Amino acid sequence: MRDDLTAALLCVVFAGPASAQGFAGLGADAGADFAMPNPERELTFPADHFAHPGYRIEWWYLTATLEGADGREYGAQWTLFRSALSPTMADGWETNQIWLGHAAVTTPDAHRFAERYARGGIGQAGISDPFAAFIDDWSMTSAADPEEDPLDVLSLTARGSDFAYALELTAEGPLVRHGEDGYSVKSPEGQASHYYSQPFYTVEGTLDLPSGEVEVTGKAWLDREWSSQPLAANQSGWDWFSLSFDSGAKLMGFGLRTDEQGTHFTSATWIEDDGTTETYGDGALALTPLRTASVEGRSIPVEWRLVLPDRGLDVTTQPLNPQAWMGTSFPYWEGPISIAGSHSGRGYLEMTGY
Amino acid sequence: MTRTALLALLSHWNRHRLQLAMLLLGLALATALWSGVQAINAEARKSYDRAAATLGQDTLVRLTSPDGVTLEQFVALRRAGWLVSPVLEGSIRVADTRLRILGVDPLTAPPQAGLASLTQGDDVLAEFLGEPGLLFVAPETAAELDGETLPPRRIAPDLAPGTAITDITTAQALLDRQRLTHLLIAPEQPMGLTSLEDLTDLTRSTPEEGTDLAELTDSFHLNLTAFGLLSFGVGLFIVQSAIGLAFEQRRQTFRTLRALGLGLNRLMTLLAAELAIFALLAGSLGLVIGYAIAAALLPGVAGTLRGLYGASVSGALSFDPLWALAGLGITLAGTALAGAQALWRVARMPLLAPAQPRAWAMASLRSLMAQGVAAALLLSASAFLVVFGTGLVAAFAGLGALLIGAALALPPLLIGALRLVQPLARGPIGEWLLADARQQVPALSLALMALLLALSANIGVGTMVGSFRTTFTGWLDQRLSAEIYVTAPDSASATRVREVSIDLGADPLPIWSVEAEVAGRPATLYGITDHPSYRQDWPLLFALPDAWNRTYAGDGVMVNEQVFRSESLSLGEPVTLAEGWDVPVAGVYADYGNPNAQAMIGDDVLAARYPDVPRLRYAIHTDDPEALATALQDRAELPPQGLVNQSKLKAISLRVFEQTFLVTGALNVLTLGVAGIAVLTSLLTLSGLRLPQLAPLWAFGVRPARLARLEVARTCILALLTWALSVPVGLALAWVLLAKVNVEAFGWRLPMLLFPGQWIWLAGAALLSAGIACLWPAIRLTRLPPSRLLRVFAHER
Repeated sequence: MRDDLTAALLCVVFAGPASAQGFAGLGADAGADFAMPNPERELTFPADHFAHPGYRIEWWYLTATLEGADGREYGAQWTLFRSALSPTMADGWETNQIWLGHAAVTTPDAHRFAERYARGGIGQAGISDPFAAFIDDWSMTSAADPEEDPLDVLSLTARGSDFAYALELTAEGPLVRHGEDGYSVKSPEGQASHYYSQPFYTVEGTLDLPSGEVEVTGKAWLDREWSSQPLAANQSGWDWFSLSFDSGAKLMGFGLRTDEQGTHFTSATWIEDDGTTETYGDGALALTPLRTASVEGRSIPVEWRLVLPDRGLDVTTQPLNPQAWMGTSFPYWEGPISIAGSHSGRGYLEMTGY
Repeated sequence: MTRTALLALLSHWNRHRLQLAMLLLGLALATALWSGVQAINAEARKSYDRAAATLGQDTLVRLTSPDGVTLEQFVALRRAGWLVSPVLEGSIRVADTRLRILGVDPLTAPPQAGLASLTQGDDVLAEFLGEPGLLFVAPETAAELDGETLPPRRIAPDLAPGTAITDITTAQALLDRQRLTHLLIAPEQPMGLTSLEDLTDLTRSTPEEGTDLAELTDSFHLNLTAFGLLSFGVGLFIVQSAIGLAFEQRRQTFRTLRALGLGLNRLMTLLAAELAIFALLAGSLGLVIGYAIAAALLPGVAGTLRGLYGASVSGALSFDPLWALAGLGITLAGTALAGAQALWRVARMPLLAPAQPRAWAMASLRSLMAQGVAAALLLSASAFLVVFGTGLVAAFAGLGALLIGAALALPPLLIGALRLVQPLARGPIGEWLLADARQQVPALSLALMALLLALSANIGVGTMVGSFRTTFTGWLDQRLSAEIYVTAPDSASATRVREVSIDLGADPLPIWSVEAEVAGRPATLYGITDHPSYRQDWPLLFALPDAWNRTYAGDGVMVNEQVFRSESLSLGEPVTLAEGWDVPVAGVYADYGNPNAQAMIGDDVLAARYPDVPRLRYAIHTDDPEALATALQDRAELPPQGLVNQSKLKAISLRVFEQTFLVTGALNVLTLGVAGIAVLTSLLTLSGLRLPQLAPLWAFGVRPARLARLEVARTCILALLTWALSVPVGLALAWVLLAKVNVEAFGWRLPMLLFPGQWIWLAGAALLSAGIACLWPAIRLTRLPPSRLLRVFAHER
């Protein structure tokens, strides 16, 4: 259903997976004019919730694990990407900012998704103040009181040809900074991004599916990240986990794969239920694929073993729907998972570059 | 046996190589002209389809508004969830051509818009979206734009020529327009949207059934097809006479083969197979020639279509195997048709029929009468179709009946004419010459019919083109009465142009228009100032009394002939120009070379309804154009490309006109050439058979050289008589073309003018081609050894 235009777009905006510059062109040399992530830079809120147009790429990435009244499990995704064609700014149509929205609802037997592209500068997509991230009629709008952090309460809507949802999100804990105080290193060569999360949302709302409306509750996790060259040129993709354990603790962990060996550069953040964190650098978290499934003609590892000895963590993950394929202009796998082993719980898995 | 029989049959061609060459040449030419025309038509249709399919304009529903669509309206619909994509369409003048600009937004364009293949590739999109942008154009357009100061070009082979696809921002800059032309609505929309009617007052419009261009140009292609068919028919005459002769000459062989036990069925099969082989050989050759003809003519056709209809057609020809197959198919069918009579005769031939080649059947009174009756029937059918029929097909059918009827009437008329002049003959030789010519008519009739058709087509088309040219030139002189035509880049510049002109004592008349409708057809509505140049010079075809005053007062509207005829309007009949705005037709003006509906109304009346339309174009009447041009450039700061003088405009228009009929001219010459070959074949056929007629004369003491001269004279008499008949037929043809076909095809009717000079010239051409055609047989006659002539008496016949 997708045509090649979007694929073409990616050559510039996010580049195709076959590109020599890592998944979605994220390993492309940013050029001298874009701002580069800086370990000295301190994150300030709410300013950093808004867009950073001087950086080449940025996203507002929300995933939710949901449950209907009948106990049926669902997953929902809402993502807004920003990509700058050049570091210079212009108004109106001439803008250099391109926005890309992805939304999805996953059930055990279906994965529905939609994609939107827009130019910034004309009011079709962007981040507005008071905080709202939007593209077309999809939005993530702050409903927080003025004295609260804007991200504390959010209204989320999206719509595709075969699904729609409206979710209310309330943060039950603080914002969490990954890496060194929000400076997250992505490769031995030092590629990095600014990265923080709000992993403590509780959710209620409605999914509108072809079979009818479903009232749902659950948990959600928002990632905020921006950079100009987050991947090294030889990194082909990543496997990224956000896990919420039944104990109340959470784990963000990712492995960036290099082209040659498929070995992982890993990083992890252990998050206690009060929001205190501990960061683990390359090698501490071990990721092992256990089973692959054929998804859209590709072989994708849909079951994983995660081991973090420092925390006594040794778990395996199972997808809610192994076919949670985002057949968007740069395709990837993104879906809800359940956790079993030393810890139990639910989470989200994203796999790119397969 | 089969093999032997086949060899025996084929050996004939070895002995008659010239005949073989004629047969093959005739078939090849017939195929070539027919398939060449088909290739041209196919290429043009492909271009229309490409133009129509650009951006899915042939399939996607769109939102429009008379004033254009604003950015805010677009964004509001997107924010309401509707997947719509903006398009800004317009055209600019680059060098001497119009470049259609299609501004798009690749980020929101639906997949059906088919932008994908364009923007694929590294960094293309960044360039496309960025500064100074990119223009995607067809290869030939890229060549035309070479060296122009435009954004960088990229080749997109599938794009229609004359069109550039670019980013919406680039289009806005090039066209100097902010408002969007329309929004494309993606066929697949998100669930649960508010209906469009509740969101916007833009109107939803479906893509038009069939493409305008295809419809507009239909007549032109029908024209070409008719020409192709005519040439094919003429080619088949050659084939028919060659086959007929070969069969006649092989009667002995057939008889011998049958006597040796070869069954009739097998003989027929072998003959049919022989013809099929020839058809395939000649057809293939014809395809090669046809392809070459098409490739040579296509740029001319492209020019014609651009000039007449504003349709861009690729000047490059592509090869289509289906076309080749169809071409071979039609050659086979044509051969079958041409050979049917000969095969039929073989089938009915008694086993031991006298094996003498007989001079071709004498025209019996009965068959002549039959032909005359058929001709009369066809001619009356033609008259009926032309007078009472409506539509192009009826007009062309009428033309077909006219030509075939005239061809069938030719032999009886020729014989009649020869009888009439018989008393004028002096001496036995003269009498013999005329009697002999009469006797030859049936044998030569097919070739003479071919000549008649070619000559009539030449006269008919020549008269039409000539009438058109004369009318068009006169009309241009009237219509382009101002000395200078100016297009200002913006309103400020337009004001300066006005001021400077008035300052120099010149009359600047604004040329401005809005897109409205006339009787439901989209039309350009011009606002005209009350100026003597309109009242005096503007060529009106029909008008109510006081038409100009009515028009200036808004109580009447002038419409162009095209819309007047196509919508069957009448003077004084009210037409709807916009919602709730009905104005009676006050006058009709000629508007040659414009395929679209157009109307004019008083300047003030139009301005009251459309106050915001800028007036950027002016026709300026002045006594000193040079001084004004200089002043406009210096004082009004008008860019040089914004100014064109009358003579240049006329030159451009005339060039377009000449190009329009280039192809017609070329096909005309080709058809005449084919007819010449037809005459040659027939004469060659006859020359061998006519010895029995000539030998007695020789025996009476007429020298071969004189005999040869007499042969030439006889052929020339027949050619001249044919020409004489072709003049009325050609004029009838021209009348149908002008009064019927043109009205249907272009929407205008032209007065018929006569060009006798051209007829004389054609008489010369007919004599020349007939003369050349009989020269060789005549020379052969002079070199004939007396023994051959003597043998006529020696052999028992």
